[in-house]
Amino acid sequence: MNTAFQKVYTKITQITKATCSLKAQGVGNDELAIVNGRLAQVVKIWGEDITLQVFSGTEGIPTNAEVTFLGKAPTLKVGDDLCGRFFNAFGDPIDGGPAVDGEEREIGGPSVNPVRRKQPSELIATGIAGIDLNNTLVSGQKIPFFADPDQPYNQVMANVALRAETDRIILGGMGLTNDDYLYFKNLFDNAGVLDRIVSFVNTTEAPPVERLLVPDMALTAAEYFAVDRNEKVLVLLTDMTLYADALAIVSNRMDQIPSKDSMPGSLYSDLAKIYEKAVQFPAGGSITIIAVTTLSGGDITHAIPDNTGYITEGQLFLRKDTEIGKVIVDPFRSLSRLKQLVIGKKTRKDHPQVMNAAIRLYADAANARTKLENGFDLTDYDKRTLEFAKDYSNELLAIDVNVSINQMLDTAWTLFRKYFTRSELGIKKEIVDEFGNFSD
Amino acid sequence: MAKTQGKVHSIISNLVLVKVEGPVSQNEICFIEENGERLMAEVIKVVKDLAYVQVFESTRGLKPGMPVEFQNHMLEVSLGPGLLSKNFDGLQNDLDKMTGVFLKRGEYTNPLEEDKKWSFTPLAKVGDRVKAADWLGNVKENWLDHKIMVPFKMEGEYTVESIVPAGEYTILDVVAVLKDAAGKKYDITMVQKWPVKVAIRNYVDKPRPFRQMETGVRVIDTMNPMLEGGTGFIPGPFGTGKTVLQHTLARFADADVIIMAACGERANEVVEIFTEFPELQDPRSGRSLYERTTIIANTSNMPVAAREASVYTAMTIGEYYRAMGMKVLLLADSTSRWAQALREMSNRMEELPGQDAFPMDLSAIISNFYARAGMVFLNNGKTGSVTFIGTVSPAGGNLKEPVTESTKKVARCFYALSQARADSKRYPAIDTLESYSKYLEYPEFVEYAKKNISENWIADVNEVRNMLVRGRETSEQIDILGDDGVPLDYHLVFWKAELIDFVILQQDAFDNIDGSTSMERQQYMLNKVLEVVRSNFEFDSFEEVNPYFKRIINGFKQMNYSEFQSEHFKKFEAEVEEIIKERKSV
Repeated sequence: MNTAFQKVYTKITQITKATCSLKAQGVGNDELAIVNGRLAQVVKIWGEDITLQVFSGTEGIPTNAEVTFLGKAPTLKVGDDLCGRFFNAFGDPIDGGPAVDGEEREIGGPSVNPVRRKQPSELIATGIAGIDLNNTLVSGQKIPFFADPDQPYNQVMANVALRAETDRIILGGMGLTNDDYLYFKNLFDNAGVLDRIVSFVNTTEAPPVERLLVPDMALTAAEYFAVDRNEKVLVLLTDMTLYADALAIVSNRMDQIPSKDSMPGSLYSDLAKIYEKAVQFPAGGSITIIAVTTLSGGDITHAIPDNTGYITEGQLFLRKDTEIGKVIVDPFRSLSRLKQLVIGKKTRKDHPQVMNAAIRLYADAANARTKLENGFDLTDYDKRTLEFAKDYSNELLAIDVNVSINQMLDTAWTLFRKYFTRSELGIKKEIVDEFGNFSD
Repeated sequence: MAKTQGKVHSIISNLVLVKVEGPVSQNEICFIEENGERLMAEVIKVVKDLAYVQVFESTRGLKPGMPVEFQNHMLEVSLGPGLLSKNFDGLQNDLDKMTGVFLKRGEYTNPLEEDKKWSFTPLAKVGDRVKAADWLGNVKENWLDHKIMVPFKMEGEYTVESIVPAGEYTILDVVAVLKDAAGKKYDITMVQKWPVKVAIRNYVDKPRPFRQMETGVRVIDTMNPMLEGGTGFIPGPFGTGKTVLQHTLARFADADVIIMAACGERANEVVEIFTEFPELQDPRSGRSLYERTTIIANTSNMPVAAREASVYTAMTIGEYYRAMGMKVLLLADSTSRWAQALREMSNRMEELPGQDAFPMDLSAIISNFYARAGMVFLNNGKTGSVTFIGTVSPAGGNLKEPVTESTKKVARCFYALSQARADSKRYPAIDTLESYSKYLEYPEFVEYAKKNISENWIADVNEVRNMLVRGRETSEQIDILGDDGVPLDYHLVFWKAELIDFVILQQDAFDNIDGSTSMERQQYMLNKVLEVVRSNFEFDSFEEVNPYFKRIINGFKQMNYSEFQSEHFKKFEAEVEEIIKERKSV
């Protein structure tokens, strides 16, 4: 590192809300700098003109501010001391504890060579049937909750994190309200699991551009535990919509031409760099990412959820089922793309067919409900699907369910027997014979 | 030729401006030297003495003044035996030869093996007159006949001066010497280089496609056939089974060589191919599927400029095997990510944007690329083909966006994936009525189908299609008027269409037997289903229709799950016939 000669610059030529520019030499791309005591990063070099993105905003920065370059990209000190601690977006402690001592690593490091990845194959059980039965999670997977802001996504995510069998949990909070931050803090404290959790938190009280560092900080810590320690790491990122909004702010300040929904044209690559850190390493360590992308009015065609959906391995939708008055994991719109790797293989072999049959019958119920709402008579089959849907929603889809996968399958068969005949299920005969327990 | 030197002037993410000290050409490759690492880049614009280069790597730490060396050539790939069963990145680096778990910046590896010996058999004789792409010899690559050809770059006619006898040679050994009219001699090895952005055109003729490319997927083969050398695209919102469909095609399509370009997609999907393909058996050769597959993996987190290059690298390798007379199937997932890479660069260069901030010439770039596919007659009269199927990931599922629209103009087959079908788990979620294959109208294909499938094939397929249209119409009527508000016949029509849907259109990609259906079996099942569609049935009330047809469907589905013409199959077939007799009017 060439910090030996730290030249101080004092002539800023341009200031916008998030960036400032000056003339300097020997500056590297992505390098950090201190502007008037605030952390900044080089985002553009045009000959001698250097543009810096000031993370905490440029309010009050004078044109004669002192600027020094640090000769390095953003780093995080990694080590076991990270555990149980809360940090801000720069990796500095916010829990009153001492600074962490450890090996200093650049954040946002290189990608894993795809041929060195291992195919994910370990099931992550959560006890929630809407997830385990219909949208089974696998270690090394990346999956977001798509949820409206009023839905209890942080609670569900925290539940998943605490129930899942992992060695380490890393929380990356972006634009968390102080209340949510304290919710996570108390929950982890009370569950007595604080020592396996590391948190990087940018609350709404901190400037938005700072949160651009949070995912990379969290994932650098995750890579340390997964690669150096061969641990199974679960990374929680909430809320990625606020992260993307911060990207848009910076790109706007740099006069870039926006693409769809005022988002930068590189949104897909920017998000992919984060989510693709999810990986199963051959040595046994893994990084699984569960994220939250809040939607506005359930609109998944907006650029943020849309690009996310193309990157992540599925998505989980929460929906309030008014029929039973509970929040359920929506079986139609939710999807875990990696479930094929475990269902029927790591779980009972009737799992895939039971899952599909139940969802198909649930879809029939939705059609029957439309008929009912339009004032038509229902057939006997229609009525049975409606009854089935209610039980299915209550006993399996609701997020308060907490049972084993075999129990979920047995429950589904019980409902099948209660409402349907064999031929109405459309399940392979051998499977019905073995698991169905139909009396006929 | 001396190499032009230069120095880094400006850096904006992966766009770097280089002050050059000599001539440079558009698309020339250069290397930027940063503390011992050499970063590859490509010239994409020149303004006076500033060359705009897109760097194929992360530019972190790059500083103005760092030295740059230009290479006098465009982005090239090496073509020779050993391309199959490989995992390349977008620039044709062999990913397996790279060290370490993480990709190291500036690490470039040889795509082929220089010390491996191949068993070469000469095809040409001394004194033969040859030109570019003529076959000089044959090498066994896995179980395929890999032809060693006169390099594509060589212009004019040559005489074979000498050729080595059959034996074991490395790719760098001289296997033949050619002499041009002026008497100048050229050493020919088994490897040649070709710039990826230029189409290989060393063929005699490129006719309209006419032979069917069987894929084993019923909704494609029966309803919307793909032809050898044809083009198609699969647009679909996420979660509609686009990738599963591509993998199925790769496994079961009747092609000699499969090239999969994973362009800006998920790494775990590529890992799935890496893991599963070596295990999967090629249905025709009985060998591992991997032996005839090349994978170009430039996943979404890999550098964006290399993503743009990856589709061209894949197409060039495809054209190379086509020149050997092979049937090549090229799958690119997804061309939208490629277009986005173009958009990111265009944005950094501050070009005036077109629709959705894509570059203005997007449409031209896409049609140029699709035009490289096709069936050709080679110099020796044999045929070879590159069939190209690309996926498109329309933003927000909106098919009116620029990438989808531009692709629609050039691709001849359109496989529309439908969210509604995916939601109700009707896979593959291709909406038959929205989809089309323009090849169904080609007189060349009509002839082919008559001869190779059945006399009435096209008429039968159209009958099925009409039934599906009627089914959709009656289903809307039933929704509006209610089950008891429509004549009983409507229910019959609706359920006949459902029968086609469940038995022909839906297919279980994960089932060993149902996963792929031979054309013979498709024709057999289509006739079975048509028998039901053409029959009249007696019912007293509409409530009897649903359970009755569910029984027929169930029987047919069990047939689909059974080995063709096996005992099981025939047992279920007999059951179905019994059920049909119950209510069929005489």
